[in-house]
Amino acid sequence: MDLLFDLLREAIAPTTAAFALAAIGLNFHFGLTGLLNMGQAGFMLLGMYGYAITVREGGPIWLGIIVAIACAAVFGVILGWPTLKLRGDYLAIVTIAAAEMIRYLGRSQNLNDLTGASTGIRGNDFKGSFEELSPFPDSMVTIGPFTFHGTRSTSWWLVLVGWTLVGLMVLLYWRLSKSPWGRVLKGIREDEDAVRSLGKNVYSYKMQALVIGGVIGALAGIVWSLGASVQPDSMGRPTTFWVWTLLLLGGAATVFGPVLGSILFWCSLVLVKGLASAFIPTTVLSSQQLEPFSLALVGVTLMCLVIFRPQGVLGDKKELAFND
Amino acid sequence: MTDTDPFAHVPHEPGAPKKDPIVTADNVHRHFGGLTAVEVDHFEVQRGAITALIGPNGAGKSTFFNLLTGFDKPQSGEWLFNGHSLKGVSPAAVARAGKVRTFQLTKALSRMTVIENMRLGASRQRGENFFAAFVPKLWAQREEEITAQAHVLLKRFKLYEKKDDYAGSLSGGQRKLLEMARALMSEPEMVMLDEPMAGVNPALTESLLDHIVELKNEGVTVLFVEHDMHMVRRISDWVVVMAEGRIIAEGPPSTVMQNEEVQAAYLGVHHDTDLSEEGPA
Repeated sequence: MDLLFDLLREAIAPTTAAFALAAIGLNFHFGLTGLLNMGQAGFMLLGMYGYAITVREGGPIWLGIIVAIACAAVFGVILGWPTLKLRGDYLAIVTIAAAEMIRYLGRSQNLNDLTGASTGIRGNDFKGSFEELSPFPDSMVTIGPFTFHGTRSTSWWLVLVGWTLVGLMVLLYWRLSKSPWGRVLKGIREDEDAVRSLGKNVYSYKMQALVIGGVIGALAGIVWSLGASVQPDSMGRPTTFWVWTLLLLGGAATVFGPVLGSILFWCSLVLVKGLASAFIPTTVLSSQQLEPFSLALVGVTLMCLVIFRPQGVLGDKKELAFND
Repeated sequence: MTDTDPFAHVPHEPGAPKKDPIVTADNVHRHFGGLTAVEVDHFEVQRGAITALIGPNGAGKSTFFNLLTGFDKPQSGEWLFNGHSLKGVSPAAVARAGKVRTFQLTKALSRMTVIENMRLGASRQRGENFFAAFVPKLWAQREEEITAQAHVLLKRFKLYEKKDDYAGSLSGGQRKLLEMARALMSEPEMVMLDEPMAGVNPALTESLLDHIVELKNEGVTVLFVEHDMHMVRRISDWVVVMAEGRIIAEGPPSTVMQNEEVQAAYLGVHHDTDLSEEGPA
């Protein structure tokens, strides 16, 4: 029973919302346009830095958000400018390298005053102004079976803001993917040259997709950092791969796929951990070994899913069947 | 030949000037390393006619096609469409100018439905702008017009029943039809078809030919690359023959194959199919 509550708690946790956001961004890249962005964590990290540094230096929240969005947009343009004219694989290589560069730059001692190097930026340095806005009391609050703090870190306030953002971005994706704009992107996903021959400026559309998806990634970064702190190493390659995993899990190019994928992914992690700690004696698997073991098990489950249901949970098999 | 025949006084020679050219090209050269793919000194396409571009394999027809539509860039040369230079113009802008092409290897957008393929071909849809996309009011009416136009074309090309199917589920021939219909969505002045008959079964070939002739009757200029001489003779008004990157002959379909240079070009490369058909006729 406790495990069930843990699962549900994980399902609504801000981290889950943050990853859902990042996956919605990636869905613009991959699901709609077919862009292989392997550096979504880079966009998230830039969003964190943009927000946290602005607010730490005394900027208001709205300015922090604008700076985060601007950072991601500029990053997208810089990445896309040379690579979007080339074949898709080049974008994958460049984005994975560029995201790592952002992380290493953030970690470097020379930028200690700005980014806090490898220790990052402490939550207390930038979370205050956001938490002051909370309508919830400044203590532990129990709603239904769940207990979160009212305002601090992983709080009801952040749950509310995070999932509202997810809702808005789902709406945004729905509106855009069902519009003629989204149709052009889907055409590009299928065959760039065909879309060119129909008079559409493919380069410009790919750039728009890259930037909008990256900006949503930056928002995901802000939500994530408000629940924890700014930590460059938490936004390494594994984060990008998790975002990819949960997007494919839920179903790429679907409206709710990223959200469902994020919930399933984090819940299954809790489930595996919970079951393992309940049934496997500590003499066989110590508690330190539990974490990597459950990650590995989740990995295997996901592999099975991709093999036996490659379109994801919500995807349309018919649509994928013509992937030639 | 009647007096209205635009080719009545056109000399039967390479690079012959036409009465009312929609496309002209001068000194278009394209090299791939040491290989000369295209070396066209002068080329004109008559407006409102069906012109066939033929030649043995490797003659540079498809490369020339790519150059004329902006999909490839030549090392030198000048080419005009409706009197405007298309040098350095992007493929998308060429299409917007009214010259739309299809591809030798059909590019149906498989994971989109037939009707979505068609809608994508339309021009002047404001909803394709990122910001306008948020406000359906701005583009819903145009979307209806486009859909109505697509239905008419799909009925004509006998694809109407398939309109909600994924394009990937169509047969090869149906994809060719879809690609052609999609190209017509923007109401182009000129369509360029790269091997429209390749891989199409004989039953569909007839209707495809009729569609091309119908285009001409509607005033659309057609330039097509084709290997099938039977088809070239049936529908084209004028034939341009390329070999080794150059235009070696021009003329009406009834006589051009008798040209000695043309025979040499074909016999030298592959001496069976096309000419043996010509023989007994």
